Amino acid sequence: MSSIAQKKGFGATIWDFMTTVDHKKIAILYLISGGFFFLVGGIEAMMIRIQLAKAGNDFLSAGLYNEIITMHGTTMIFLASMPILLAFMNAIMPLQIGARDVAFPFLNSLGFWLFFFGGIFLNLSWFMGGAPDAGWTNYASLALASEGHGIDFYTLGLTISGFGTLIAGINFLVTIINMRAPGMTYMRMPLFTWTTFVASALILLAFPPLTVGLFFMVFDRLFGASFFAVEMGGNTIIWEHLFWIFGHPEVYILILPAFGIFSEIFAIFSRKRLFGYTALVFATILIGFYGFMVWAHHMFTVGLGPTANAVFALATMIIAVPTGIKIFNWLLTIWGGSISFTTPMIYAVAFIPSFVAGGVTGVMQAIAPLDYQLHDSYFIVAHFHYVIVGGVVLAILAGTHLYWPKMFGTMLSEKLGKWTFWFFFIGFHLTFFIQHFLGLMGMPRRVYTFGADQGWDLFNAISSAGAIFMAIGVIILLVNVVMTTIKNERVGNDPWGDGRTLEWAIPSPPPFYNFAQTPLVRGLDSFWIEKMEGNKKGMIFAEPLGDIHMPNNSFIPFVMSLGMFVASFGALYFLDGDKPWALAVLVIGLLITFGSMLVRSLKDDLGFHITKAELLKDAKGGNTDGH
Amino acid sequence: MAHDTHIHVRSKAEFEYAKKKRADEMRGHLATFAIMIFLTLIAFTMVAAGFSAYLIVPIILLLAGIQVILQLYYFMHMSGKGHGMVAFFMFCGMFVAFITVLALVTIVWW
Ligand code: HEM
Ligand SMILES: [Cu+2]
Repeated sequence: MSSIAQKKGFGATIWDFMTTVDHKKIAILYLISGGFFFLVGGIEAMMIRIQLAKAGNDFLSAGLYNEIITMHGTTMIFLASMPILLAFMNAIMPLQIGARDVAFPFLNSLGFWLFFFGGIFLNLSWFMGGAPDAGWTNYASLALASEGHGIDFYTLGLTISGFGTLIAGINFLVTIINMRAPGMTYMRMPLFTWTTFVASALILLAFPPLTVGLFFMVFDRLFGASFFAVEMGGNTIIWEHLFWIFGHPEVYILILPAFGIFSEIFAIFSRKRLFGYTALVFATILIGFYGFMVWAHHMFTVGLGPTANAVFALATMIIAVPTGIKIFNWLLTIWGGSISFTTPMIYAVAFIPSFVAGGVTGVMQAIAPLDYQLHDSYFIVAHFHYVIVGGVVLAILAGTHLYWPKMFGTMLSEKLGKWTFWFFFIGFHLTFFIQHFLGLMGMPRRVYTFGADQGWDLFNAISSAGAIFMAIGVIILLVNVVMTTIKNERVGNDPWGDGRTLEWAIPSPPPFYNFAQTPLVRGLDSFWIEKMEGNKKGMIFAEPLGDIHMPNNSFIPFVMSLGMFVASFGALYFLDGDKPWALAVLVIGLLITFGSMLVRSLKDDLGFHITKAELLKDAKGGNTDGH
Repeated sequence: MAHDTHIHVRSKAEFEYAKKKRADEMRGHLATFAIMIFLTLIAFTMVAAGFSAYLIVPIILLLAGIQVILQLYYFMHMSGKGHGMVAFFMFCGMFVAFITVLALVTIVWW
């Protein structure tokens, strides 16, 4: 664990990543696994579009189709978008606030491995008797009637990965509250840090209802309870409430960090301070706040009654106000700026009209009487893809280009990046714009096929063609990643040349302790301020150079999560009469988990110190790549 | 950011100040404790006196709320410095829980 650069063997690198507690490496783990699940979800999407490309297609059977749309939605939300955003939060947020790591490095690693094993568990359903098939919303009546173990993979997998996300959220909250460098007041925090903060608060408050719902579902299905079973006196609507009390904040957990990434991009590439920083911060908080008061807009057609529908319709429409404030602030940031159209900036500019379109359809759906027409039609599918793909996924792609140099020390090709953009962007609108009209023409969502006499052939064919464009865009991105990695042209601290915040003041990638000396922050856009004053070091320091205390790597988080993974199989087969070993597996898994917790509690792990001498050697140009 | 333990020797004045502060705090604790006992007494007497349940239940809930706040502020030191964020998140949590329960009560169970 010395800070001296050395080439590691393949096995040693793997071991290093399995035990790491360094937020930058955990970020890479999140990016790789989130990216992998993004590809899996993407393949599922392509299969859906192939099936719907023409009337009466029999590429997929009805049952398999249900499994694929369920897994597509679940994977994209829980296993792709959120982890990739968590990757950027992990990689960038501590750097932006001038911290050496997150508040709880061990928990950070635990959070990742729980997410990872939860995701693997969920996807193993494909090979173990069939995937869940009740939609990503898993409505209770449908889910309780579903045969086989698909739904159980869903509930147990999401419980595990949900714990991971909750841990990550708490960790980020504590980090931002406690670990900001001297001078980094709340109102000097970069916008990506702010959105991370609010999104983490939403995680903290929104995941418990989901966990409760999932627990009820697990007990209903696996241990014979009847929370949602109407014939036993349960209530199936409660699942819908619990799910959406979580579900609507969840969409803001996704979109707020995306807003953060775009805010950074607009400022960097317009070479201007963000317009209306304060308004942007307050809009973020306000969105987080309202996010908890609108969930029933997903349930207008359940029959909540006119009063409840009216209340939730109004609350939903109000959310559009802070969102609009943000849009105007971004536009005014670009206005009069000296714009450079790099790949991230193109994504950011394209995001504005795309997301606004999604917001407008959202407000339409918030009109309860109109929603009786739109609900469960392709119009809804168009809406949420406009906000999620046009907002979150564009931000993920933009963030990948923007932060790649900071995470890996190399620059993705701008040329290929623009190719990706155009294919993806055109494909996106081609696929989803027309779905608004399919919805208005009456095509219901979640149907596995349609008849040739229904008049939906042409629009569906166009939609499927668009999906191919998106796939090509993603493939070009993969080629770009491989080529960039092979070329391995190292870049300096501030590869875009216009970085404004602290992360651009340190090497790419930063040494594993991030800052040899904690910086002193003198204002918003701290790096920019120092640059303008001609400070070659990029920051001023809050402390003299001295020993740094760092945490040790640990294998325990991996083992703890593995135990949960094993235990889940036991729980899954618990009530199957013919599998007596299930109880043993459940117990063994829990023993592994609690045993490793015990080890963690009893064994003192005091970390280690990097001495001043080592830091001085690094500063002379020894170690920059984090090994 | 060296993590050494600093040994701080208190001056006479600092000592006096800390002593006075602790005495104040103690008085606060005792007073709150008395109030809490008194509130509990009210609750018990109301039940013993056999008032209507429609009167007793809301009043007991109200008393319980007051008890929680006293507990948090006087015994769990939420008024202390640096507890702002903790308080903020607790109130957010209560707010979300309240909205949830309110909605379930009004639109599901009523
Ligand atoms: C202006 C802001 C927004 C408004 C007013 C809004 C409104 C709505 C409404 C009323 C529905 C329910 C439609 C129905 O099922 O009948 C809905 C569905 C949905 N929205 Fe939004 N929305 C907004 C922003 C977002 C954002 C930012 C995201 C995600 C990043 C999002 C993701 C979704 C998803 C995933 C669904 C469908 C859930 C499902 O049934 O599977 N929305 N939206
Ligand atoms: Cu919603």
